[in-house]
Amino acid sequence: MLPLVDTTTRISSLKLKNPTILASGLMDEDAGSMKRVIGCGAGAVVTKSIGLKPREGYPNPTIVELECGILNAMGLPSPGIKEYGEEIRKFKSLKVPLIGSIFGSNSKEFVELSKKMQDYGANALELNMSCPHAKGYGLETGSDPKLVKEITSKVKDLVNIPVFVKLSSNVSDLAGIAKASESGGADGIVAINTIKAMKIDLELRTPVLANKIGGYSGKAIKPIGVRCVYEIAEVVDIPIIGVGGVTTGEDALEYILAGASAVQIGTGIYYRELDVFKKVCREMENWMKKHNVKKLSELIGASHT
Amino acid sequence: MSYPAVKEIIVSRKETSDIKTFMFEYPGKIVPGQFFMIWIPSADEIPMSVSYIDKKIKGITFRKVGEATNALFNLKEGDKIGIRGPYGNGFKIKGKEILFVGGGTGIAMIAPAVEEAVRKDISSTVIVGVKNKNELFFENRFRKSGAKVYISTDDGSKGYKGFASDLAKELLNKDKFNSILTCGPEVMMKKLLGLCRNIQFQASLERYMKCGIGLCGQCCIGEGLRVCVEGPVFDGKTLKNVEDFGLYKRDASGRKIRF
Repeated sequence: MLPLVDTTTRISSLKLKNPTILASGLMDEDAGSMKRVIGCGAGAVVTKSIGLKPREGYPNPTIVELECGILNAMGLPSPGIKEYGEEIRKFKSLKVPLIGSIFGSNSKEFVELSKKMQDYGANALELNMSCPHAKGYGLETGSDPKLVKEITSKVKDLVNIPVFVKLSSNVSDLAGIAKASESGGADGIVAINTIKAMKIDLELRTPVLANKIGGYSGKAIKPIGVRCVYEIAEVVDIPIIGVGGVTTGEDALEYILAGASAVQIGTGIYYRELDVFKKVCREMENWMKKHNVKKLSELIGASHT
Repeated sequence: MSYPAVKEIIVSRKETSDIKTFMFEYPGKIVPGQFFMIWIPSADEIPMSVSYIDKKIKGITFRKVGEATNALFNLKEGDKIGIRGPYGNGFKIKGKEILFVGGGTGIAMIAPAVEEAVRKDISSTVIVGVKNKNELFFENRFRKSGAKVYISTDDGSKGYKGFASDLAKELLNKDKFNSILTCGPEVMMKKLLGLCRNIQFQASLERYMKCGIGLCGQCCIGEGLRVCVEGPVFDGKTLKNVEDFGLYKRDASGRKIRF
């Protein structure tokens, strides 16, 4: 029997059996973890952000739970592209899309990483231009439209897999940076990353995170993510992947109405366990049945007038 | 909520030249084998098994081995640390005859498990394995617990001369046990698993951890098993299918480090 509703989605040339994707930086240390997440219902995974060389990240505390979300400053820990290649190869037996996330401080590094990711078998790339807490990387490259365009176009010149650019809400002109990504040839935009934030402990009178400043994620940031996706959808024609606080099927649908073709889930794992992917999909399907929507694609960007 | 509660160290006790126990008020139930994330202000936050479990008071016992534990070791009674948890699953303490094997600092978390077993009227035998007699701690605690106690030292300076796993092999040939519960060096625990043919096995694993709440994936083994959530205690059936067990762990960057 055919399913009553169709929740498959396309992002550039990637075909996903459902629109939930594991966000970068969670449960993606190795192939085994990512395989488990696929078993829990995700339609695709994004690897952790990988740099050229091994990098330890920040000392702990790197994470703390707050009232309405989670604050973290991992500091882009990564075993380096060479060692990580093995994990991608091991994951590939699943035949499910794997999006390789990479971070570099300039276009040369991004290009080198992109080439390797493609060689190892990644189905698409996610250029991390939005990590809010790593000096010289992430947001520091993603705040300058010229640099974003340059990096994107140099990567595009070299690889033939789709290239997505992950942007941050921590910028003054998000629409401008989204347009810069598109004119650099990006095949999609991922928005948003965590939002710069801090927690100070009253007893010890000190910031909790070792890096002091971190990125806030979870329910609290969803309205900001939805706003960003909506604004980006107004100015670009390429697909958007919505990220930020997706915990339920309704959250995912809100992003889709704002203009997203798929959503990524990270912190939602904490609130609803690893099978949050299955739960979100089931909730989306139920909503669609109830509202007589046969295809998810009918809803993409449907809130724009 | 996974937010560190700031607590005063109310008891500090030196167990050996480089091992200390700290106690603090921390009400709540804890299963032996569960762990805390201990925040050492301006130094680090590290996972640490619970070594004393009382209704109101809890304790940790640790060796100074690196920067974080050195900073912790230097703290005194009255100083403050942050504590979140307990996390993880803990041991399932059941059966008729349990052989406990604690190696090195693994002895610390085996102690409350042995006491719990004795309280449950389970016939309990414990092997306390250290390199030499100067590293031995909790001996009196085990003797008072009512368990049958064996000491092993690698150099023979006290008790059985040799590895705890060799002594375990001898005991398994001699006496009847239906279960082994262990915490210690992973190579030792892997040897013990190899000795378990028809008996149950549970081992508590240690991995570098960041979040402690099942999100970051840093501590994953096998097919995405989170040591902080599905562990730190795993049974023999699970561990037989985990290729990392006894072979390698990951450092902060995620690189594999062989044991």
